[in-house]
Amino acid sequence: MMRHLISAADLTRDDAVLILDTAEEMARVADRPIKKLPTLRGRTVVNLFFEDSTRTRISFEAAEKRLSADVINFTAKGSSVSKGESLKDTAQTLEAMGVDAVVIRHGASGAPYRLATSDWIDATVINAGDGTHQHPTQALLDAFTMRRRLVGRDAGLGQDLEGKRITLVGDVLHSRVARSNVDLLHTLGAEVTLVAPPTLLPIGVENWPAEVSYDIDSVLAKSDAVMMLRVQRERMNAAFFPTEREYSRRYGLDGERMAKMPEHAIVMHPGPMVRGMEITAEVADSDRCTVVEQVANGVSVRMAVLYLLLGGNESAAAQ
Amino acid sequence: MSKTLIRGAKVLGGEVQDVLIDGETIVQVGSGLSDEGAEVVEADGKVLLPGLVDLHTHLREPGREDSETVLTGTRAAASGGYTAVFAMANTFPVADTAGVVEQVYRLGKESGYCDVQPIGAVTVGLEGKKLAELGAMHDSAAGVKVFSDDGKCVDDAVIMRRALEYVKAFGGVVAQHAQEPRLTEGAQMNEGVVSAELGLGGWPAVAEESIIARDVLLAEHVGSRVHICHLSTAGSVEIVRWAKSRGIDVTAEVTPHHLLLTDELVRSYNPVYKVNPPLRTEKDVLALREALADGTIDIVATDHAPHPHEDKDCEWAAAAMGMVGLETALSVVQQTMVETGLLDWAGVAERMSAKPAAIGRLEGHGRPIAVGEPANLTLLDAAYRGQVDPAGFASRSRNTPYEGRELPGRVTHTFLRGRATVVDGKLA
Repeated sequence: MMRHLISAADLTRDDAVLILDTAEEMARVADRPIKKLPTLRGRTVVNLFFEDSTRTRISFEAAEKRLSADVINFTAKGSSVSKGESLKDTAQTLEAMGVDAVVIRHGASGAPYRLATSDWIDATVINAGDGTHQHPTQALLDAFTMRRRLVGRDAGLGQDLEGKRITLVGDVLHSRVARSNVDLLHTLGAEVTLVAPPTLLPIGVENWPAEVSYDIDSVLAKSDAVMMLRVQRERMNAAFFPTEREYSRRYGLDGERMAKMPEHAIVMHPGPMVRGMEITAEVADSDRCTVVEQVANGVSVRMAVLYLLLGGNESAAAQ
Repeated sequence: MSKTLIRGAKVLGGEVQDVLIDGETIVQVGSGLSDEGAEVVEADGKVLLPGLVDLHTHLREPGREDSETVLTGTRAAASGGYTAVFAMANTFPVADTAGVVEQVYRLGKESGYCDVQPIGAVTVGLEGKKLAELGAMHDSAAGVKVFSDDGKCVDDAVIMRRALEYVKAFGGVVAQHAQEPRLTEGAQMNEGVVSAELGLGGWPAVAEESIIARDVLLAEHVGSRVHICHLSTAGSVEIVRWAKSRGIDVTAEVTPHHLLLTDELVRSYNPVYKVNPPLRTEKDVLALREALADGTIDIVATDHAPHPHEDKDCEWAAAAMGMVGLETALSVVQQTMVETGLLDWAGVAERMSAKPAAIGRLEGHGRPIAVGEPANLTLLDAAYRGQVDPAGFASRSRNTPYEGRELPGRVTHTFLRGRATVVDGKLA
């Protein structure tokens, strides 16, 4: 395994499958009455969040605590960062306190990469989302969810997503979730299709290992999973689309569209959902929608990542 | 007056000759010249060029003396073989009044390392709304002839038109930083394949090209000349080529870094590669080299943009845009243009000395190496190979994209009106 997790593109197929398999072991821990492993006892992990993200932070925190790590939460608001302290100084201050790993969420694309490759700190760096660049643990938990649902909990062990047809719909341009998923799904052998209005696709998307379509209705029947990306309402003020209603009509997933999907196909969403915008309540609350599972799986996947990066070398569940 | 004999130099890279300087002037050019009473510089076949002229330098003073001063900037210029630099107007306060341009002019005179010709802002505070007192800056002791809001684009078409027209009265020229502001909101790097992957806001080529297209048409309409700063895309080259073929009085510059580096380097997220306009693609780099060779692009200008260490030792989005360039420009041009066979040394002299002086209407610089001309000269050891070490820079700032990179050529001597400012590669 590598020392840092910065981008889903850095993972080999075997790395990714190992993380998913380890996450299955971690998930079994969650089924026990005492949901805790001693693996990271005495290790300190800081959650360094320069952007608000309660769900991601809580998910990492739960994962860290289940592995018995000492956890420090650092949020930029109200801290010295808002008084002009630099990322470098903040990181060095934390490292001086003896931190083994830094889980970083930052609004600037590349900030975790910079932290890992500069000589600022020695700690392991885990990217919890940077700007519009990457969110690798999100892609891993999405792949984990797909493998469970489309291949099987036990049958999936050791397997990738070869031949699975995955469709991502929405604001690809501003989405780190989309970038991470395209990279990881490609590595795992899936066929990815991106659906969005042309305004919400980046110039250069033609070089990505994915098909592009402007028409959601033409791809639904050929999808094993459809992942809806959040679309911020404010985007229409910058003319990315005319109105919320038009966006919904052309790219939103409602019950009628969901019915076009194959029987076994699932609906995914990284959350938080904008109900009535990219997804209707009927779809969000249906059995085919995996949003709540994705949240639970997120903890297992993040446990696996922490365990593997911080040097776990015994079988996790054996402890 | 003191005499200096430069013995055995390849003048403009051609014939080996001796050049005798008496006082401020070249008094003899030939072979086997007498060294009687003269200090001798053995050139040993080094290349002798006219002193370089930079039409686009940020000296940062007044206001940002933590990154550069007129003194440190002119020392950097002399080290790089320059005898004159045009100082951009985006200082604090902005050089938009006679008072500020005269201050910069005076500081340049006091520095003694190279001539400093201030550039005046086109609009008050670089805000693009109201013309600065262009005439007053021209009439001042600084004698401003080049006007630019560089760092910002004069994006209002009417303001641009008026500025182009107004400066005709005193032979001025507007140097445009071509960047359509709405198309570049939040822009962090060239928009394309790499930005799509890195998730950094895109700076599309069309934001530069659309402004250049508009401005050459405006220049044609009002019968003015216009200069384009740091042209960076293949499309811009096509527009300027078309404009020149129509007889429009347009000139253009390219920076050394746009002749060598591409946006692939941004994958490192190292802000030392963050610059405005951004590094483009290989296709653009090749088009720029070709255009500089065929004269579509007239000159090389450094856009020397010093920044303090802390403004680059951070995450990409928080970093300042710009690179230092005065001390590496000639080496980069040697590598990209001379060693590729695109230009000879006479061509380099034309594009880094004669033409920039002509565009800026700067007297006494960019002159031929001939009897009776002012002795502004640069001696280059073109055979030299070495890694760039920013610790050795004369500039106060170190934000170079070339650290550790091997570049050819080293300036061993620079003469400003007969007086050596650089001797054996060291500031005199």
